[in-house]
Formats: sequence, structure tokens, C-alpha cells
Amino acid sequence: MADQNLDWRTRGARRRSTRTWRVRSSAAIVALVVLAVLLVPPLTNLDQQAVDLTAKLQPPSWAHPFGTDDVGRDLLLRCVYGLRVSLLVGVVAAVVATVIGTAVGALSGALGGWADRAVMRVVDTFSSVPHLLLGIFVVAMFRPGVWPVVVSVGLTHWLSTARIVRAEVLSLRSRPYVDAAISGGASRRRVTVRHLLPGVLPQAALAAVLMVPHAIWHESALSFLGLGLPAHQASLGTLVQSARGSLLAGDWWPTLFPGLFIIVPTLAVAGLGGAWRERLDPRRRSELTL
Amino acid sequence: MLELLSVTAGYDRRAPVLSDVTLTVEPGAAVGLLGPSGCGKSTLARVAALLHEPYAGRVVIDGEPARGWRHRAPRAQRTAFGVVFQQPRLSADPRLSLADLIAEPLRAGRLEHTARVRELADAVGLGGDLLGRRPHEVSDGQLQRACLARALTLRPRWLICDEMTAMLDASTTAALVGVVEEYRRETGAGLLAVGHDRVLLERWCGRTVEWGERGPADDA
Repeated sequence: MADQNLDWRTRGARRRSTRTWRVRSSAAIVALVVLAVLLVPPLTNLDQQAVDLTAKLQPPSWAHPFGTDDVGRDLLLRCVYGLRVSLLVGVVAAVVATVIGTAVGALSGALGGWADRAVMRVVDTFSSVPHLLLGIFVVAMFRPGVWPVVVSVGLTHWLSTARIVRAEVLSLRSRPYVDAAISGGASRRRVTVRHLLPGVLPQAALAAVLMVPHAIWHESALSFLGLGLPAHQASLGTLVQSARGSLLAGDWWPTLFPGLFIIVPTLAVAGLGGAWRERLDPRRRSELTL
Repeated sequence: MLELLSVTAGYDRRAPVLSDVTLTVEPGAAVGLLGPSGCGKSTLARVAALLHEPYAGRVVIDGEPARGWRHRAPRAQRTAFGVVFQQPRLSADPRLSLADLIAEPLRAGRLEHTARVRELADAVGLGGDLLGRRPHEVSDGQLQRACLARALTLRPRWLICDEMTAMLDASTTAALVGVVEEYRRETGAGLLAVGHDRVLLERWCGRTVEWGERGPADDA
């Protein structure tokens, strides 16, 4: 690791960092997930809700590779549909969180002074409350559905993006090219829009990608607690939750496969995001963590 | 007349880099400010260009006191100065082509820029496809030529050159100084050139001021 840090500028090291087995397998998994989520529902004419009480709680077999649940629904199909909902919620929530975080961070950094201090104290206050608690509070104010979960995850996860973007804006703001722009008559807004925001966009986009797994976990946690999505919009969290009963009876597959569907794709997205982060700025790899 | 009167400035109020510094540049004059590295001459140049707010003291531009700093300075006062910095890499937005870089001050004021950019590029000697390139695709010297062109875009009455040629070779230095002098002959603009190269500044400027123990020893 140490010598990679030293020679990151050379072509060879850069090439190495994007061609490790970790990056390749992550890319393959992400591609597979995207294809499955996009193609399985329209191509296969199967009903994920189809109940078959004669085949309930069957262990994995050729007919049902992931087994069936307690009312005989095929778990592979349920997992793919659940992943679809989870990914949608995760991506939209990550985008919401990143847009809020970038706006707040850029505003705070660009204004500076007392406005910056006030905004960052608000960010500190929000950070001191556990994410999940705040998320539950938001969800509890609405009827169960996709949008309350998106809003809840989005509203609780913009804080780290705001911090990253603010730090980046502060460092860009002191560059001589900003001085030159001011001397050239550029307004505050023009400096922010033309010079500062384009400079932080790579960092913000990376934060958004790394936010996707986090958002999926939060959605799963909320659904597992019974506060997330309604039963007809089953997500991976709902699947794990409804499998609890059968797990106690010794049937492991309704818990294991949805669980793997949460863990493996999120690790793959995180792996890709990590490689991107290393390319963007290898010196700062410890700052952005999941 | 550009007057810096009893300026105290720095980055920590308890330990200012400059205290009680006074310096004047007569209309149309060229003043060179000589001093060792770290003495605060760049900070003084930034104060003069209204880019750094001093803790105390005043800046008077052609009889009119500066009414603010950075964005709070009125646009007309800010654009009265053309500033060239030491490191062209840091003073150019890496995303803008050289043509955009030079046109930026005109764009910021929503003014027509095509003809002016062409004229300035010719003046500083940027020809061929260089204007379409981004900063990382040109040399330091070429980039500094573009930065000088940008400083001249709005026809400033004052030029502030902060170690403009410190990173450059002799022929580029000569060319850039030539461009500045040509511009001053045409417009009668004043110049404050900051540097540590005594030979260059004494040849370039009508008057050089040495940075002493407590700031520039200005005997004008």
C-alpha cells in the first residue's frame, strides 16, 4: 500500500488500480445486477406474487434455485424484484442526498464567514443524532411507501457530502484563479457557478456513488423494522423481515438469499466507488468511508 | 495615483505580515517592489488589487478611497486593476481553454469578446491552435502569456504583477515585460511590479523600492 501511494502518478500504478480482480469482479457484479433488474421483469412473464401453497418453504432446487417462501412464492424472482425496488430507492435517495449536500456545502464554502459557521453548526447538530433514529422519525410522519423512505434517507445522508463539498470549495476558493476572476469583475454567483461548482463535481459524484450502498442498507433496515415499504412493494429488507419466522423454524434460505442480495451488490458498488476514489485523489482515500 | 496608506494586513490579526506600510505609485509610473521571499510583498500586492482585506489602513485609487474588498469592492474599482500572479498553473482554471480564459472578464460583464481575444492573443504572442488548448496542454510560459492577456482584457488603469516572470526563462520574461510596456505606452497605465530579481526590476521600472526591516523604504 505504501509504495502504491508513492508512485500513484505513474501510468503503471494508475492502470494497476483499475485492473485488480476486485475492480473487475465489482464491475461484473454491478453489470449483472443492472441487467437482471432491467431485463428479468419484462422478459420473463412470471408473477413474483404467484402463491403456490402446495410448494411452500421448499429448499433450493432446480425448479426454485433459491427455494420458496412460506406461501410458496419463488424466492429468486422475489429477490430480483426486491433488488429492483431497493436499487431504485437507493439511487434516488443517494441523488437527493448528494444534491442537498452539494448545495449546502457549496453555499457554505462560497459564502464563508458567519454564514459558513452557522451552517456547519447545523450540520454538526444533525450529525450528532443517529441517522436511523432521524430516518425513523421522518418515515413515521408519512404513510408507508417508496417516497417517504427516499425522503427519509435523503434528508439524513446529505451531511457528509456537505462537509466534503464545503472543504473542497474552501480549498478552491483560495486559488489564485478565483482572485483573478474577482479582479476580472466576476460576481460571487459567477465565481461559484463557473469555477467552484465544476471543481467539486467529481468529488460530489463520487460521494453519490458511495452513498448508493449506504442508502440501500438504510432502506433495508427501515423495511426490516416494518417502517419502510408496504408489502406489495417488497424490497430486500421486507424479504428478510418476513423470513424471520421461518428462520427460527430452521429454514435458512428465505433469509440467506435476500441477505446476500443486499450484501453482494452493495459491496460491488462500494468496490467500484473505491477504485474511482483512488484515481481521483489517492492521498485522501481515508476520508470518504461508507 | 495609487496610494496604499498605513496598511496593516496578514492572515492572523495577532501577527500581521505587514504593519503600517505606505507606498504610492504615481499615475503612469512603474514602481518595482523588491524584497526577500516571505516578507509580505505579495500580500501588499493583493491588498493593492483589492483582493485582500487589510486589518487597518486605506487604499486610494485615483483620489477615490477603496469602498470594499474582493466581491464587496464595486465592480468598476476591482476591474481598474489587472493582476498577474507568480504561478500560471494556479491562476488558470484548469477547465477553461486559453481563449475562454482570456474572454472570461468580458463574459463576466456580458460583453462582446471575440475580436478582443484575437487582438490580445496577437499582442502576447499566442498563435495557432494554442487558444483552443487547456492549461495542462501548454507550457508555463504560454500559460503566463494567456494570464497576462486576461489581465489586460478590460483595459485596466493599473497593473499589478506579482513575481510575474519568476517561473519563466529569459526570452519569455523579455517578451512579457515588452507586452506590459507596450500596453503602458498605449494607455498610460501605472504598474506595481513585485519581485526579488533586482536586475530585472531596476531595468523595467522607473523607481524601485527596497523592502526594509519594517516594510518598503519608500523615499518618494
